[in-house]
Amino acid sequence: MLETNLAHKKYNVDEQGFYGEYGGAFIPEMLYPNVENLRQQYLKIMYEPEFQKEFRALLKDYVGRPSPLYFAKKLSAYYDTKIYLKREDLNHTGAHKINNTIGQILLAKKLGKHRIIAETGAGQHGVATATVCALAGLECIVFMGEVDIERQAPNVARMRMLGAKVVPAKSGSKTLKDATNEAIRDWINNPNDTHYIIGSVVGPHPYPDMVARFQAVISEEMKWQLREQTGKENPDTIIACVGGGSNAAGAFYHYLENEKVKLVAVEASGLGNDTGKSAATSLLGSKGVLHGSRTLLMQTEDGQVEEPYSISAGLDYPGIGPMHSHLIRSGRAKVFGATDEEALHAARFLAKMEGIIPALESAHAFAVLEKMTFEKEEVVVVNLSGRGDKDLATYIDFFKLNG
Amino acid sequence: MTRIEELFSKKNKNICNIYFTAGFPKLIDTEKIILTLEEAGADMIEIGMPYSDPLADGETIQQSGSIAIANGMTLQILFEQIEGVRKKSEIPLVMMGYFNQVIQYGEEAFFQKCREVGIDGLILPDLPAAIYESDYQQMMKNNNLNNIFLITPQTSDERIVYLDSLSSGFVYMVADASVTGKQKNISNHQIAYFERIEKMNLTNPRLIGFGIADYKSFSTACKYSNGAIIGSAFIRAIEESNDLEATIIDFIGMIKNEKIEI
Ligand SMILES: Cc1ncc(COP(=O)(O)O)c(C=O)c1O
Repeated sequence: MLETNLAHKKYNVDEQGFYGEYGGAFIPEMLYPNVENLRQQYLKIMYEPEFQKEFRALLKDYVGRPSPLYFAKKLSAYYDTKIYLKREDLNHTGAHKINNTIGQILLAKKLGKHRIIAETGAGQHGVATATVCALAGLECIVFMGEVDIERQAPNVARMRMLGAKVVPAKSGSKTLKDATNEAIRDWINNPNDTHYIIGSVVGPHPYPDMVARFQAVISEEMKWQLREQTGKENPDTIIACVGGGSNAAGAFYHYLENEKVKLVAVEASGLGNDTGKSAATSLLGSKGVLHGSRTLLMQTEDGQVEEPYSISAGLDYPGIGPMHSHLIRSGRAKVFGATDEEALHAARFLAKMEGIIPALESAHAFAVLEKMTFEKEEVVVVNLSGRGDKDLATYIDFFKLNG
Repeated sequence: MTRIEELFSKKNKNICNIYFTAGFPKLIDTEKIILTLEEAGADMIEIGMPYSDPLADGETIQQSGSIAIANGMTLQILFEQIEGVRKKSEIPLVMMGYFNQVIQYGEEAFFQKCREVGIDGLILPDLPAAIYESDYQQMMKNNNLNNIFLITPQTSDERIVYLDSLSSGFVYMVADASVTGKQKNISNHQIAYFERIEKMNLTNPRLIGFGIADYKSFSTACKYSNGAIIGSAFIRAIEESNDLEATIIDFIGMIKNEKIEI
């Protein structure tokens, strides 16, 4: 069972919704009643035995959890260490995103909401939301940047097949950040019947904490799976990619306060951090407010939010969740950047070595295996956040797989 | 006393507060817009700091902001422009913007600069009340700046009292559960909300904004408050104007019904 007591945690959220100086709810008054209601209710609802029972049953029978922890023998031999893969790619809908949407759809029902909105970049969170809306029989509206609708056509079709309405976000740069703005505006315009299912550990408190708690099932399973396979429940190192940071938050969650476990966050460096075409938020960004949270974000000198770039739509976001801002700035987590090319090559290497085609987002985590050094007996867990089906077109283009 | 407080001490009905996005339609229009608005009979002016991600704003203000940023508007340029206008006008000026830009500028430096150039108050819709109270209230007071909070039809009475106690200058009553620029006739629901707030006897004057667009909505809002704020409708009016001054004078005339439109 997860902890409900928030006090006395160095790296976890405090009572006011802050991780150190990051977090909080920097929202216009129009959003206050909904966000405040959620803040008052979320822990109470989430930890009701009946809720937990339903949540756990769906994770098991519908999502297919526990996801395997797989000892990657050839990869381990190659890097001369012990590498385990947490197989979130094997979840229903192909990524970790569904852990959160299952939790939030049950919560939305308890809150009496019957209209669900979500934002999506690559479409993974949109698909995971459309899926649980179908399951729960709730109306589903997904905001997606006009540019992303074009580059992620298969996921748009999946959402529509699942009965969701996909609404193009036409403002700003027409990508994930703008889709998030549009979802927030929709919530302002529909304050009574609507629940907003945010797709990562971003947004105003309590979202980062709530999403982290739903994703925490990842590290909860890691603990007993590691004990079974290695005899001890703590790994030495956990590596995860960070877009907004939800898969990383889930993989880190139960080890946050255990400083012996090294946490490694991998950001997307796009074409390189000095090219102006990057999404490496903590490496290039500074403190500010994005989507209702005080956090690190990429911005101009004048405080305009900058458009990030990454080949991977799921990492193409100008901020990171406040938990990660705190972990990184406090030194608790170490951060690396991986470029488009490094991620692409890491994806192909994993496919050839282990027979697993990862999502481009997850491939960024594998790319840093090249940049780090490990002890022979070190237990390294890489969070394999999603599968690569959605990225096949990119892989085909880059590796000329069509012959 | 700020110029806002002075205004309300002299006049407490039918206050006409016009919002415009700085740097729109052209980078250099700030001075002309402010001086013409004053001449036309506006009582107060709200200067929008154009922002890349204006969460509380609808399409009209979003687009004007994008154009202003593309025109090259920055906080530094805006402060210089306001400093220039202040030599020619004593109209109360409120800056409206998103908190990220204030953090990036440096909060204290921002408030000091506002005072230096002659800004009277700030509307920062995404600055949380509790954070304002603990971190910035004293700083803003020291710089003689009013801080104006928003209330909405969904805000509880208890919270309205709290936000009123933290506000100075006036309280901004958001007319409807919506982002800016949604034009509809004022409904009975909204009237009930206006009346409810009127009966609360807040310590601050109240201005009603969001969706106020013409004489009818302006005068209805004024009936239940000290005045109203017009934003998107004004932006739409100047958007296609090829004679900014004439358009502004006509617009204020239309709002106050001083002239029948042809
Ligand atoms: C497979 C996969 N991994 C990672 C991410 C990045 O999100 P987060 O950082 O919240 O885990 C995404 C987002 O779409 C994704 O689809």
